[in-house]
Amino acid sequence: MSADNEPLIIGFLCNWCSYAGADMAGTSRMAYPSNIRIIRVPCSGRVDPLLIVKCFQEGADAVLVAGCHPGDCHYNEGNYYSRRRFAVLRALLDFMGIDKERFRVEWVSASEGKRFSQIVSQFTEDMNRIGARKAG
Amino acid sequence: MSRIGVFICHCGTNIGGVVNVPEVVEAARHMPLVAFADENKYTCSEVGQSSIRNAIAEHKLDRVVIASCSPRMHENTFRRTVTAAGINPYLLEMANLREHCSWVHSDARDATSKAIDLVRMAVSKVARHEALFPKQIGLTKRALVIGGGVTGIQAALDIAASGHEVVLVEKEPSIGGRMAQLDKTFPTLDCSACILTPKMVDVAQHPKITLLSYSEIVDVRGFVGNFEVDILRKAKLVDYEKCTGCGLCWQACPEKIPSEFNLGLGHRTAIYIPFAQAVPNKPVIDIANCRYENYRRWKETEEGEEPPQCRICEGVCPTEAIDRTQQDEIITEKFGAIVVTTGFKTFDYSVYGEYGGGRYPNVITSLQLERLMSAAGPTEGEVLRPSDGTHPKSVVFIQCVGSRDDKVNRPYCSKVCCMYTAKHAIMLKEHDPEVQCYVFYIDIRAGGKDFEEFARRAQDETGALYLRGRVSQIYQQGDKLMVLGEDSLMGRPVEITADLVVLATGMEPSENAAEIAQTLNISYNTYNFLIEAHPKLRPVETQTDGIFVAGAAVGPRDIPECVAHGSAAAVKAVALLSQDSLTTDPLISVVDPMKCVGCFACKEVCPFNAIEEQVTRDGRTISSINESVCKGCGLCVVACRPGAINLRGFTNQQLLSEVLTLVGR
Ligand code: FES
Repeated sequence: MSADNEPLIIGFLCNWCSYAGADMAGTSRMAYPSNIRIIRVPCSGRVDPLLIVKCFQEGADAVLVAGCHPGDCHYNEGNYYSRRRFAVLRALLDFMGIDKERFRVEWVSASEGKRFSQIVSQFTEDMNRIGARKAG
Repeated sequence: MSRIGVFICHCGTNIGGVVNVPEVVEAARHMPLVAFADENKYTCSEVGQSSIRNAIAEHKLDRVVIASCSPRMHENTFRRTVTAAGINPYLLEMANLREHCSWVHSDARDATSKAIDLVRMAVSKVARHEALFPKQIGLTKRALVIGGGVTGIQAALDIAASGHEVVLVEKEPSIGGRMAQLDKTFPTLDCSACILTPKMVDVAQHPKITLLSYSEIVDVRGFVGNFEVDILRKAKLVDYEKCTGCGLCWQACPEKIPSEFNLGLGHRTAIYIPFAQAVPNKPVIDIANCRYENYRRWKETEEGEEPPQCRICEGVCPTEAIDRTQQDEIITEKFGAIVVTTGFKTFDYSVYGEYGGGRYPNVITSLQLERLMSAAGPTEGEVLRPSDGTHPKSVVFIQCVGSRDDKVNRPYCSKVCCMYTAKHAIMLKEHDPEVQCYVFYIDIRAGGKDFEEFARRAQDETGALYLRGRVSQIYQQGDKLMVLGEDSLMGRPVEITADLVVLATGMEPSENAAEIAQTLNISYNTYNFLIEAHPKLRPVETQTDGIFVAGAAVGPRDIPECVAHGSAAAVKAVALLSQDSLTTDPLISVVDPMKCVGCFACKEVCPFNAIEEQVTRDGRTISSINESVCKGCGLCVVACRPGAINLRGFTNQQLLSEVLTLVGR
């Protein structure tokens, strides 16, 4: 909403690994651009592909989904589902007229604060490069 | 209409130093349904918490947003705070202004506008929370301890002392673990067996402890308070009801096999107890090596040479305890808590070509030296060279074999090696005053009560020569070993003629540690050490409720630490088992019976089999959630096509509303 935070990146982070990883980035003061807004979800498998479509529909510039590394999901297999669901979603993004680059799925463990910070920095930089989406 | 209270925390200067808190408070006052907004210096302090309670009463607030640190830190604290003020604990939402904002952003303007967004998201979410009430479920008041080393023994005894039943599962024929193999312990030089065996006997005799030796865990189902565990009981071919442990059989058995307990330095028989003080003190038949069992296998195919039909043990057994009909058997038991103490093994040094890779008989490991020093060991306490049985006069110790070495992917310090080598130097001198010891080391790590003094004693009193540096090569010359290394303090190469070389091999997790961790669904690191829930504050808990870890399975540890962790894990298990019922987390999935069409796509994806079929009064078969099994992952919500399932605390409407506060028009 705030104009000075474009491009706007919405991040869905699973509670057990990636949200904790983002916490770790904070605890270790690993700075990254402030564009991302984080929504906590229990598991990456909780994120509905339709919700991501909705994000884009409503004008988000980019969406990040982050979960535990494959094999490490707190619920054993949640990220296997998200991995497959989002592969399909990615294939459909082009069809919806949304640059594939605007959607990223990453695995970040609870100890990977640095990695989280790097991912967000890189993602923000890339979004700055390709520019904000035209309204709507 | 809800009345939402918003409390923004300065966290000293942690948040307030970057985010303009008054501006966030002002913005919050104008957010929908917000009746009150205020700031606190430290919200988590008693002052902060009471100001929240007061504001709730004064402004008749019915929902609360606290914008401070990560909810992973203080969500439970603040749930209690609002509960104390009469608000349902689930009508609270937190905005993470510290870890996710002020600590990672330095521009005040950006950080403040992000903080406002985060608060707005939390406000929109809390407005859609509903009051939730945890359910009570029953529990099985029994504990399972996996691994019968000193840690597991301690845990089992402590749990049993509280009056709860314990089953101790050990994969070997006897409990005792690594500590049973040691001769003496540092820094007191206590006899290891003398302090351990009474505890082993206590385990065997305790009315609340069931010892399942020669057994392994194969499968674990269920959840905290209600685990169901399949345990493999390997066939011992000995009926323990009849066996008296008299020992005639293992004295008579003609088959000789290198003894695992003595690390290949001596022999055991095919029917055996691993060591004299074994608990249980009854033998098992090693089916792979038993002559008659080999004969039985041969009989099936009649291929190759006919093995002898031995059966000598059966002949000598006075109680007819040998039972060849015994089969491996899987039993299923119920437990409320599980303590994992799978321990360690020593690093396999054969990857080090420079130390001979296992080719030289007189290059041994420190644990092998323990067996040689032990009065109950293969040489009855005489330190003799494996090659010719002579007394070594010149002994070289090499530290950090499989520790602090990236080359072999063991960068960690094994913690005990410096100390046990000091012990060996002292004890060797006591065994034989003529011995000269040399110790190649990297650093001496002697952190611990009386440790430094002990390590000093080895250096000062035994005449042991401590050389700082690595060994580059060992080769055999005649019946001597030539050890080439460097003395990095003097900056020159050294060459020592040795009778015996002792490698201080580091610790690594037991063979099947990763497998057990997977069975239990607990985490382990790249070296297969188990991961605790928090390295500082929750050292014996895991991310899975009801499963606790202790001892060297978690990381290199010495005996007192293992014992302390064993007791700590026991306390945690007892605290759990002492409850009359368990409270389940209400943040789980719910099915709207009107919308469910009974497709059971949810059932397909549920990792926990929490979805059950239920017939409604109008005859439709629909999903229903087993509340004590559901863990709240939300996989089913996404799978549900008609949108009949929702996840409490993270409903579709809530996630959508959070998104819409950011992008909505
Ligand atoms: S809990 Fe992290 S992806 Fe499932």
